[in-house]
Amino acid sequence: MKVSFVLNGKPVELDFEPQETLAEVLRNRCHLTGLKVSCEVQVCGACTALVDSLPVSACTYLAYEARGRRVTTIEGIGDSERLHPIQKAFLDEFAFQCGFCTPGMILAAKALLEENPEPTDAEVVSYMDGNLCRCTGYRPILNAIRRAAGLMRQQEAQSPPREGETASEASGGGRFRTHHE
Amino acid sequence: MKPGEFRFVNHSVPREDGLAKVTGRAVFTSDIRLEGMAYAKLLRSPFAHARILSIDTAEALRQPGVIAVLSGSDLHGIDPYYGHAVKDHPLLAIGKVRFLGEPVAAIVAEDERSAYEALESVRVDYEELPAVLDVDSALAEGAPLVHEIAYRTGGFRGFDDPASTQPDNICQKIHLDWGDAAAAFSGAAHTVEGEFFFPMAYAYAMEPYVAIADYNDDGLTVYSSAQHPFIVRNDLAKIFGLALNRVRLIIPFVGGGYGSKSYTKIEPLTAVCSWKVRRPVKLQLSVEEAMLTTRNDDARVRIRMAADREGRFLGLEATIHLNTGAYAENSPLVARRAANRVIGPYRIPNAKVDCYAVYTNTIPASSFRGFGATQVTFPRESQIDELAERLGRDPVELRRKNLAARGETIHPGLRPLDADLPGDLSMLVEALAERPLPKGHGRAVGCSASDAGSDPVSSAVVQVYGDGSVSVVMGTTEMGQGSHTVVRQIAAEEMGAVIENVRVVSCDTAITPFDRSTGASRSTTTMGRAVLEACRDAISQLRNMAADVLKTNPENLVLEGGGIAFQGRHWRWQDVLREFFGLPDCSIIGRAYLRKAGDLAMLPLFWEIGCTGVEVSVDTETGKIHLDRLVTVGDVGLAIHPAMAEGQDLGAATMGLGLGLSEELVYEGQQLVNGNLLDYRVPRFSDLPLQVDLLLAQNQDGTGPYGAKGGGEGSLNPVPACLANALYSATGARVRRLPLTPERVWRALRGRTPELPNSFGSSGVRPQEKNSGR
Repeated sequence: MKVSFVLNGKPVELDFEPQETLAEVLRNRCHLTGLKVSCEVQVCGACTALVDSLPVSACTYLAYEARGRRVTTIEGIGDSERLHPIQKAFLDEFAFQCGFCTPGMILAAKALLEENPEPTDAEVVSYMDGNLCRCTGYRPILNAIRRAAGLMRQQEAQSPPREGETASEASGGGRFRTHHE
Repeated sequence: MKPGEFRFVNHSVPREDGLAKVTGRAVFTSDIRLEGMAYAKLLRSPFAHARILSIDTAEALRQPGVIAVLSGSDLHGIDPYYGHAVKDHPLLAIGKVRFLGEPVAAIVAEDERSAYEALESVRVDYEELPAVLDVDSALAEGAPLVHEIAYRTGGFRGFDDPASTQPDNICQKIHLDWGDAAAAFSGAAHTVEGEFFFPMAYAYAMEPYVAIADYNDDGLTVYSSAQHPFIVRNDLAKIFGLALNRVRLIIPFVGGGYGSKSYTKIEPLTAVCSWKVRRPVKLQLSVEEAMLTTRNDDARVRIRMAADREGRFLGLEATIHLNTGAYAENSPLVARRAANRVIGPYRIPNAKVDCYAVYTNTIPASSFRGFGATQVTFPRESQIDELAERLGRDPVELRRKNLAARGETIHPGLRPLDADLPGDLSMLVEALAERPLPKGHGRAVGCSASDAGSDPVSSAVVQVYGDGSVSVVMGTTEMGQGSHTVVRQIAAEEMGAVIENVRVVSCDTAITPFDRSTGASRSTTTMGRAVLEACRDAISQLRNMAADVLKTNPENLVLEGGGIAFQGRHWRWQDVLREFFGLPDCSIIGRAYLRKAGDLAMLPLFWEIGCTGVEVSVDTETGKIHLDRLVTVGDVGLAIHPAMAEGQDLGAATMGLGLGLSEELVYEGQQLVNGNLLDYRVPRFSDLPLQVDLLLAQNQDGTGPYGAKGGGEGSLNPVPACLANALYSATGARVRRLPLTPERVWRALRGRTPELPNSFGSSGVRPQEKNSGR
């Protein structure tokens, strides 16, 4: 089946089988291997992708359900030349070790901070409870999300309107841009 | 050099793998695809113990996309058994299956789905055999044998000989004895005695096992999530009769290990698929399959301790039974370590320890972070609190009275203690006691000492380039522990290089020199030191080159900040290189290897210390324990990277929290009933302690670079015991079986008998009539 959606800010039309999950399509057909697959039962959050800004478990989300929507993966939020504040905060707080949970963790944190720019610790813990990390013991991730919230508020205060994907979301338009363009 | 004098070492510099990991660019084995790659899926045994009567693969071979089907009867021309300690493990079941979930057949197909869908077309006839599913039934008179023959050791150095030459279900037997324990107990003022159970657990590295093998006329290349590429290489070379240089292991980033990816796992099976079809083949396990691949050794420990009237420990006796599962894997070494580590960092003049690793028809057990120490620290540290109560003393004071001092021998024949335990305990208690204990809360501390580091055989190459850049070439794998960052710091420090100009090349056994393994908290100590010595080897060459260029004696050149000084002029290493060779892009190689010699002749390389404390609250209505405070002391000699050392301690302690409160693989009969992440509960964000203090003791007393020594397991080992002791301190309920689930705690609070164990004491399962299954 042919399905169109917006992937990391770019319209794509893909041909895949109806039973393919979003994780399979993104990893195998789009070669976006930043998205990781671990538990395959929606428990661990490693495969988190954003669909219309909401986190989904791509391991069990059928790819065709993304038709007409905006799909964001770790590759779509920043790169080494231009890190997203959450990526920068994860680096600064040493909020990862093996890094396998990290892309999903960062995307879940992005969804959280866009919904709630100033979360309390309890709100972070509650929102992030669906993302497992076996290495860090979570506290460095909590610290990174706090730091990222600060960075994002700072960025907002310094340079309105926001750039990149969030800027186009904020503008309410039907077109989506990222800094790749 | 001392803390404060370093430029890069002892500073929390950015991680070498950081940018790759936050941007999704970091490549793990599962992300790799090779041209022409096929995919394998495994058919697994539905029985714990059964004879394989026949396997019919004809129909499966006719399924769309299927290239080949392999079973144990197709392995002619290779040696299908492996095992570094005991060579008992067929890469596919041969003749019989020994645990439910054992691979019986592999299907290779053009894509994963075709391979998976063809699995149901394989017909296997089994004759079920009586199974031994727990240690007691395995040790019973006339018990069915998991292995009918007594194996020889796998030929890997450093392992004890197998227990006996007669076939029985004892995989390994270790005996330790010093002083006169019987006499010590008969004359003791106080003794305590008890039986403790440590759960069967799954490491849950979030990246499940994955390998890609490419067997062709040049040899065998394998990409794998393995921690120990060189040991896998050795096993593969023997299986296929290849020279070591024809087997190439490439290890991209590893998505968590915690011991579960040590030694050989799915690489032989993946390689044999490629050998059969002569194409690259990928085998990606699911988490459910990973759970059927490796677990820890669950343990029953009968222990007693004796003390005199003043609280001095007089003796310790322990009988440890490890449930090793169907294959030895690394359990013979776990048994040795469990026996050594039950002593702890205490002065124990009389000891007698027996440890048995026992084969059963369950998932094979092997290395797991803590490595025998977690299993035995829980009973000993629980019992020290019991003794303290008997003596009417504070548990901290009782520990302080018996902790060995630096330089004391705690274990005859092993390296004297190289840490300041009394100092560590004081740091811990000071942090833990900074506020009064709220009513109804419980507090406890625990200590452990592990003979760590494994064999000190590591080698490194450092390449210094004419533009000032430096490469470290080493076989240590990066699974999150941060070794790539640590060696980069050491190389930058030694070579006076800009840290961003130091590149780490790892791990490709065709390029990177030998390293025994990445585990046992050894890499900072062994590889860190090899890199340091390789840098100094390069510097010595560069100094001679400078002398040649400057037409003087090397002794006249003063080492100075990334180069040398001569007659008032500073020569950077790149200046020396360019002058010497007359080219701008040349390079030289420094090299170093370590072995069991000199100051590394005595094992262990270092004692890995655990010194942790907790404060818990207990919901007496539900039995739920919450960890409110956690304090760890990382006695690491020198933290090459303080933030990562602290991160190791918190990660390790969090794993201890899981083992202490929720993690247990549960068998009902032959069947693992919680073999998935829905039912197997690991710590989550909401289990995070309210307050965490991660302390570091940096006395530069290790054998590693600048006095460093390993960390990353120590802070796990005492945590389950701390939780049990804190539960007692909060409620008066003493629980000797982990994990401390709400149900178990609830029952204990009401004085009810805890439920029966799943691995010890229940009877074996009787076979049904002859069964057929796929």
